[in-house]
Amino acid sequence: MISRLSLQGLALSRGGRRLFEGLGLELAAGEAVALTGRNGAGKTSLLRAIAGLVFTEAGSIGFGEVDPAEARASFVHFVGHQDGLKTSRTAREELEFWTRWMGGTADAAREAASMLELTPLLDLEVRRLSAGQRRRLALSRLLAAPRPLWLLDEPMSPLDAGWRARFGDIMAAHLGGGGLIVAAVHDPLPIPSRSLEIGAAEVAA
Amino acid sequence: MSRLSALLGREIVLAWGRGGGPIVTVGFYAGVATLLPLATGPEPARLAAVAPGAAWVALALASLLSLDRLFERDYEDGALDLLTLSPVPLELACAAKCLGQWIATGAPLALAAPLAAIALGAKPALAPLIFACALIGGLAFAFTGGVGAALSLGARRGGLLTAVIVLPLFVAPVIFGGGALDSFAGGLPWRPGFALLGAYAAAAVALGPLAMAAACRNALS
Repeated sequence: MISRLSLQGLALSRGGRRLFEGLGLELAAGEAVALTGRNGAGKTSLLRAIAGLVFTEAGSIGFGEVDPAEARASFVHFVGHQDGLKTSRTAREELEFWTRWMGGTADAAREAASMLELTPLLDLEVRRLSAGQRRRLALSRLLAAPRPLWLLDEPMSPLDAGWRARFGDIMAAHLGGGGLIVAAVHDPLPIPSRSLEIGAAEVAA
Repeated sequence: MSRLSALLGREIVLAWGRGGGPIVTVGFYAGVATLLPLATGPEPARLAAVAPGAAWVALALASLLSLDRLFERDYEDGALDLLTLSPVPLELACAAKCLGQWIATGAPLALAAPLAAIALGAKPALAPLIFACALIGGLAFAFTGGVGAALSLGARRGGLLTAVIVLPLFVAPVIFGGGALDSFAGGLPWRPGFALLGAYAAAAVALGPLAMAAACRNALS
């Protein structure tokens, strides 16, 4: 288990452009941070860097005492714009596969589907789902395979008001159980959280 | 293990549907094999001499068909991101993808290869060796082809780029496999060529995933 996330002096460039440098963040179990900033500021890149998908140029990413490779293999969830779902497969096949891949059980997958009210949709092909249903299917991984650190990239953008509130409850429950959340958002998170503006320093400079 | 078997099952199903799957691949193979007698002339003696080699080259080309989508779809829809967030090393995940590709398209091609060769006039006695060469060669094609597919990730017209990267890597298995078939047809020792083909496939299976995983990580970052 990981109970901390600490970023120190992080610097990142994309396509030859420096997005941010000297970025620091300390997150303890039960805390959430909302990443804000204009489009292209580097919110997604920062999430991908924490997930180990993007190389950083300077600084360090620590997960408490846990080795970063091990932390990313077993304790980190990443839900981005691209949800990893194959449109030609059914929702059930995709949920079951990703649950297994992420280390969850079939029972947990069923429970996650019923919590997100996906059960009646499971036999549909992913291409038949609406944007909001598809996002709920992607988010169901978070519950089906419990992992402490959630990296969420605008998790609620396709969700309607009712589901935004319910996903807020789900996030609150995750934090209550000692989880950590880093979410890139444009609207405020519906849970108590700190906020970190990305790219503000660069604009000032 | 359960994760890898789940991935393998998923990959076989996806490869089966990718770009029309085995039916289109085998159809393309049959098409290339049919074009050959039209180009060289229909004299049975001349055709029979080149039949095994022609069937073998057509096989290499047909193996290229669905390769370009091997990693590209996962790259575009974010599945590749998620595949890295697992205790299973990305190298093994890449190997499972290539194995799925081989089972879904390489195996049907291996079944079609002896038929095509015999239709072109090869001796029926060659059929078992053609099948074995196509099966093992298909493994080499899938794993070296995967390297090309991973390297061309993110490039526009990646399919063409994949073909250009991969075809030079197909030279060795084509020489070894074609050589074994020629020797067998001529009554010469065929085992050395066959063994070299197997060695090449083994090297591709062992080394290919390392290169694929490195190329995928590079494309993601």
